[in-house]
Amino acid sequence: MNPLLENLRLPAAILAARAAQFASRALGRGGGSTMPGVVARRVAPAVLKQLSRRLPRSSVALTGTNGKTTTTRMVGGILRIAGVRAVNNSTGANLVTGVTAALVSDADLSGRPASEIGLFEVDEASVPKVAAEADLKILAVLNLFRDQLDRYGELAYTGKVIASAFGDLPSDGAVVLNADDPLVASLGTQASGSRTVFFGVDEPELDTGTLQHVADSKNCPFCGTALVYDTVYLGHVGIYDCPKCSFGRPEPGYRASGLAMDGPRGTSFRLETPTGSRELKIELPGLYNVYNALAAAAVAGEAGVGLDDIVRGLEEFGGAFGRVERIQAGNREAFLLLIKNPVGFNEILRTFVSSSGGTGEADNVLIAINDNDADGRDVSWLWDVDFEMLAEKGARSEAAPPIMVSGVRAEDMAVRLKYAELPVGSVIPDRAEALRSALEATPPGETLYILPTYTAMLDIRKKLSDLGHTHPFWEER
Amino acid sequence: MKLTIHHLYADMMNMYGDRGNVISLEKRCEWRGIDAEVLDVNIGESLRPTGCDIFLFGGGQDQEQTLLVEDLSGPKGRELVSIIEDGGVVLGVCGGYQLMGHYYETPEGERLPGLGVMDLHTEPRKPGEERLIGNVLVRVPDPVGDSLREVVGFENHGGRTMLGERAEPLGRVVAGHGNNGRDGTEGARYKNAYGTYLHGSLLPKNPWLTDQLVQAALRHAGEERELEPLDDGAEEEAFRSVAGRVRPRR
Ligand SMILES: [Zn+2]
Repeated sequence: MNPLLENLRLPAAILAARAAQFASRALGRGGGSTMPGVVARRVAPAVLKQLSRRLPRSSVALTGTNGKTTTTRMVGGILRIAGVRAVNNSTGANLVTGVTAALVSDADLSGRPASEIGLFEVDEASVPKVAAEADLKILAVLNLFRDQLDRYGELAYTGKVIASAFGDLPSDGAVVLNADDPLVASLGTQASGSRTVFFGVDEPELDTGTLQHVADSKNCPFCGTALVYDTVYLGHVGIYDCPKCSFGRPEPGYRASGLAMDGPRGTSFRLETPTGSRELKIELPGLYNVYNALAAAAVAGEAGVGLDDIVRGLEEFGGAFGRVERIQAGNREAFLLLIKNPVGFNEILRTFVSSSGGTGEADNVLIAINDNDADGRDVSWLWDVDFEMLAEKGARSEAAPPIMVSGVRAEDMAVRLKYAELPVGSVIPDRAEALRSALEATPPGETLYILPTYTAMLDIRKKLSDLGHTHPFWEER
Repeated sequence: MKLTIHHLYADMMNMYGDRGNVISLEKRCEWRGIDAEVLDVNIGESLRPTGCDIFLFGGGQDQEQTLLVEDLSGPKGRELVSIIEDGGVVLGVCGGYQLMGHYYETPEGERLPGLGVMDLHTEPRKPGEERLIGNVLVRVPDPVGDSLREVVGFENHGGRTMLGERAEPLGRVVAGHGNNGRDGTEGARYKNAYGTYLHGSLLPKNPWLTDQLVQAALRHAGEERELEPLDDGAEEEAFRSVAGRVRPRR
């Protein structure tokens, strides 16, 4: 289409998108986070290209299985402190339509963006499409874990799909990769046109000693030989080397060392970057959040943000919707921890539910497993989670009541606990009913730890909201 | 007598909850006072049968199949075949099932030879065909008596397995896709070797099948004993909940 005509279509597309957004909010449907994008693209197919070209500092995108939302929000926090206005897509809108919707709602009617930089979390399979249309300067790959395999097929294929987008980055752009995830690190060889930056953790104390049962890619991505691990942190993430070919863990430019974990209260560590090092503390629990913080530091650093702003942004970061969330429920507290896959589940059990590390304080626990598309329809992964760690002597306090289970797959979860030799509390598939009963069973003044899969979390949040304990999610910023 | 559970390629074919099958066998032996030990057998390691054995041959990713084919092309493959011919107990799931047949054709058209102990082969899906994914309900002949029993599980495979004339299906599909989505069969059985696409946590929700494998292994080792019943309330609930959702309504 000729450029003049394209430019004429832009205001019409933006106007149509505004109307769609207004309508879907008025109807109370899902917060209207992708619909405006769909409508705008129908009116002006090049809308994403046109709008993103007008962002003075281009865009950055983050992808990977775990931690996209949290890390993107961390980068957002850092940019805010650095005084850079960013436009970002909302949770659950990480396809090309969601990215379009974000840019459309950021622009005025003439198509001029209010923001300086685009900041997007992107679904793995959508990376090539977003990279082709949005003017990406930085693309970060956080990790690749087994997650919803029934949707994407094989893990290595996902890696290929992501790497196919590297060619769209400019020569002054950067690919940011997790050095400790072999499959992700191996993608570095395909980033020829732009610079490649790695992040990683150096903390021998955190070696779990064994590859967990959930480890997904423990073979060399180049020659297939089993990798030799010097340190294993979580899943297949660690410090490794291929005994046969030249592949090994790349040297991280952004590095965390000297980690001191303080359970639910967070983690202190030393952050090393190409421009200097600092001690800092993040208020999010678990090693996986250290990785998120490292990735955020690398993305922000490569986007030109100074180290002081990076450290402040990370230290002031509070947490992301639905991933880790505290909600006051009358005279009890509900602590929601989203379950996505075995690696995340293990981390949550280790950090909150098991007291072996001396910090676990979760007595009242409700696990809710659904098997809708967004949860992963196959629940056999529950057998890859190390519930056995909770059956070890001293892992749970004597007074702790048995774990309660809920969700469409409550009965599967109950069987899993039984085979880990753990007592099973109430088994109530209905989420609303289970929540009511679990809150009742939680002594006043105490916290109920709720571990739901994605759609089970939505069900439970809705029930909490109906009880007046929270707000519909699209109201949150 | 001690039962050894040989977990073949445990270090690589560990996706899809393979471990559920191992845990189910291990625990149900332990709860009955049967001594059971799990032995991982990886690439390059030979089989070490002890006389009372169950071999679990799990599912993995496509790219890893080539490595296994290579590993099985030597003495290890020959030993596994003679174990099966001798009536040894083997459970092959997904990739393991496919490799018990004549060959497995990759999407690129390469034919990877299998053990050939079951009369079947696996073809890649044709362009435009979907992966076969979802909950499955299968009716399986009960080896004790001649009644039919039901098994639930989850399948996720691109390959289509075609049974030859001499192959006996493990069961008939009530809901789901099975071997190829066309002929209504699921899995295959030859002597005490079972192959199936119901992966990962197949055994936990179908405990009678677990017990059948244990019983067969004991019998093969010369020990005739009835397994005492366990309280399977939780397992039955889990079975019922899935079966109830997928069973076609009349
Ligand atoms: Zn190698």
